[in-house]
Parts: sequence; C-alpha cells; structure tokens
Amino acid sequence: MTKPKVAFYWCASCGGCEEAVVDLNEVVLDVVEAVDIVFWPVALDFKVSDVEALADGELAAAFINGAIRTSEQREVVELLRRKAGAVVAFGACAWLGGIPGLANLSSRESILEFVYQGSPSTQGGDGVRPQEETEVPEGRLRLPHFDETVRTLDQVIEVDYYLPGCPPPSNLIAQAVMALVEGRLPEKGSVLAPDVALCAECPRAETKPQDLTVERFHRPYEIVADPDTCLLAQGLVCLGPATRSGCGAVCIAANMPCTGCMGPTSRVIDHGAKALSAIASLMQAREQDEIAAIAGQIVDPVGTFYRYSLPASLLHRRVAANGARSAAGEPVGAASSGGDRS
Amino acid sequence: MSEQPFEPRIVAFFCNWCTYTAADLAGISRMQYAPNVRVIRLMCSGRVDPQFVLAAFRDGADGVLIGGCHPGDCHYQEGNVNALRRFELLRPMLRDLGVEDERVRLEWISAAEGDKVQRVCNEMTEQVRALGPLRLVTPKRVTPKRVTSPRVTSTWTVPVERADELVGQEAR
Repeated sequence: MTKPKVAFYWCASCGGCEEAVVDLNEVVLDVVEAVDIVFWPVALDFKVSDVEALADGELAAAFINGAIRTSEQREVVELLRRKAGAVVAFGACAWLGGIPGLANLSSRESILEFVYQGSPSTQGGDGVRPQEETEVPEGRLRLPHFDETVRTLDQVIEVDYYLPGCPPPSNLIAQAVMALVEGRLPEKGSVLAPDVALCAECPRAETKPQDLTVERFHRPYEIVADPDTCLLAQGLVCLGPATRSGCGAVCIAANMPCTGCMGPTSRVIDHGAKALSAIASLMQAREQDEIAAIAGQIVDPVGTFYRYSLPASLLHRRVAANGARSAAGEPVGAASSGGDRS
Repeated sequence: MSEQPFEPRIVAFFCNWCTYTAADLAGISRMQYAPNVRVIRLMCSGRVDPQFVLAAFRDGADGVLIGGCHPGDCHYQEGNVNALRRFELLRPMLRDLGVEDERVRLEWISAAEGDKVQRVCNEMTEQVRALGPLRLVTPKRVTPKRVTSPRVTSTWTVPVERADELVGQEAR
C-alpha cells in the first residue's frame, strides 16, 4: 500500500509553524511512517516543479501556514489547492491572518516607503525600490508582486480544515495528521480543536471570581502577577474568555495572559469584537469619564484584540480615508497609519 | 460613477423601552427628521454586541447610532452601562481602524424625548454626510463560512481534566 502524500508550505509567516512540526519530537516518526512528505521548502529539497508533476488531487493533504500577501504565495497555494484532496490552514496566520495581518493597519505604500526609504537604518539607495522585473546582463530577474492587503488563506483558495494556534500545539497536529491518515476527519470547514473557551481548561479557573470586575487594567510588565490567581482578576487583559481552548493554557502556565492565538469558537464571527466585548463588560466603573479612563488603559485596542485576526475580521483592514478629504489626493491612511499609532 | 449626491446610511440600534418608544413618539408627533436612519429595535442597548456595529459597517452603513435609556432608568438595571463600557472601548479601537468618531454614537434618549431622536438623527446624518462614505475594502471569502456547526466536536477535545464535564453541560 502506498502512503498518502502530504505537502507543507509557508506563506507570510515566521517559521514557527514549521518549528511546531519538528516539535512533534518522536511522534514525527509515526507521522513520517504514515505519510510521504513530497514538498516542504523549509526542510526538504523538492521544487515547485515536483508539485506540478503530480496529478490533480494526488496529494492527500496540503498543510499551508502563513497569511497571503504576494503573487508567489498566491500561485503556490493555488497550485497546492489543485493537487491536494484536503487543504489545511495551519496556524493562526493561515486561518485568521495572524501577526503579519496587522500590516493591514498600514497601506502598502506606507510600508514600502518606510522599509526602503523612511526607516532610520536606511541610508542611501536614492529611494530605489525593488522592481518586479529587472534587466541585467544575465537576463531578466523577477520578484513577486506585493499585494495591497494581507489576506487569510480562505480568502484566496478554498480551505477544508483549520488548525489554530501560534503555532498549533503538537498534540493537535498529531491528531490531525493521524485522523487524515485514518480517514476520520470531521465535517469540512471544521476547526480541528476543542470548541470551548480557554477558561474551561484554565488551571486557574477555580480562582476566577463569580462576579469578576476590573478596577484598572495593567500591562504585563507593570505588575508581578500572582502565579495561582486568575489573571483577569489581577487586571491583566487575558483573552481566555473569548478564545478557543486546546493549547493546554501554556501561556497561563508561564504566568502570561492569553493573547488569543487559538482564535474564536465557532459561534463567533469577529474574534476581536467579541474579545473586546468580553473585556469591556468587566470594567467596574459606572460613570462615563471613569469608564473612558479605564478603557484608555488598554493602549493599543486593535493590537490587543485583533492581534491574530485582523484580516479575518469584519472590517478586514484599516479604512482608507475619503479621497475627497485628503489634501495630497492619496488615501490618508497611506501617510498617517504608520505614524499615528506610536 | 454616477453623480448622485451622497446620502449617508445610518443604522440605529434602539432599545425597546426608551429610545424606540421615543422614536415612536417622534413619529406620532409628526416630527420630521432625516430619512437616512434605519432603526433596528433591540430589547436593550446592552444587547448591542460590538459585532453588530462592525457587521453594519461591513454591510454598507456609513454610521451607527446606539440609543438606550438614561443611566439609572434601564429596564434591566444596568444593560445601558454595559453598552457604555463596550462603546468606550469600541470607539478608540474603531478610530485606530480608520473609522472616525462621528460615525459611531451612543445616546441616552428616554421615552419622552421624541425631540431628541429628531435632533440626534439630524445631527448625525449631517456629520456623516460631511465625512463622506465609509470606504471599506473587504475581500471576498473564497471558502464559504459554515453556517451551522456542532457546538462541540468531541473527537477534537484534547484530554483536559474538566473538559468532558464542561462539554456535557454545553450539550445540554
């Protein structure tokens, strides 16, 4: 019997998801025993042409991590979609946009401007930016196109399953691969993780007060958190009540609040809005100015609540100001979005 | 592009007990106000999930107005205070996302204040008109969102001590 073929690919990501596969440790031997990895640019020397040579649907599954920002990423994931029976969005970036998705707070132009001209460490260059095509004596060089916006994988190709987490916990990866091999995957579109909030598996759940209220919010560096008490009760913004469980509460075990990498449960449409709702309701104050003051203690609401999910959110990205109102004729977001958040 | 003047679309979430009744009062008193406001009646301003506000923007609203009872008058004790708590956090977040403050507004309007409904709706319509349309750029979703889903996929419940017990509760 031939082993099912699988592929791994990375897009706009940090490499942590690849690390998570390696972190399977000895379980990776069972995985390799069960499947044939035919494409994995980070670890194995196969080329895109090897994937092109496969028959359509020949891959049992493609595990794709990272958000989508360039033409190269689009081309490869479209190719993998054709070749794979099942596409698994692997990790927070592929599912929800992840940390790279926060680039949707800035315009494409302001990113390129900062990286190639404005940043303090950039010297010289005379404002030259990489071109998509360049003629050199040896021939024509090509670079991928840098898209206007960061998209999630399922905004580009059809996705069958989602593995949440930044990176996905190794037990969930192993379960997913084994379920795939044994052909007992759930309904398409499922997120392959428990569908209850993190508070359900939090080791500190017992210490969460019945009527939890917060007098003021702290940032983690401002206080020494008690290692046994509910972090929300200590005024830390912990997204446990609005985030899917399945991670084993590892951040909580390290005395750090949940930042929401496991994404929302299935009843939630917009993770950031729901997390904001959960946290806002805890504020003890009742008067408008007091409430506003406490709300102001959360210095970066978008980065706090949409840390992993801005491209998947209802608004998707920072709204460009009206052309009519911008003096320069360019969307105002281009000039201001980088600066006004510091 | 047609040359039609911009007419703002404003979605209003009014609570059943105060603001919606005030809008009724404005109606039976034959008060004229901007027809740009589309009212959605909820039992309480505390029912306004921030997702509703974002969904309104996503589906074409240029502004969102929330109306509730004055503090202390809430039919459900303090649903309106909860609305205020969410609003005070939602507005700065929307500001960072490029949505101007004038596009989201929370007002306390009692059942007797039909004239306030008239004034607030007119004011907000003019403010949003001055801002122009909200220009959202949202990608099409290639993968259809699953409409229904099992509340718990037990296969995927990792062995966690209290999970089974909690899962059982959810199912019931």
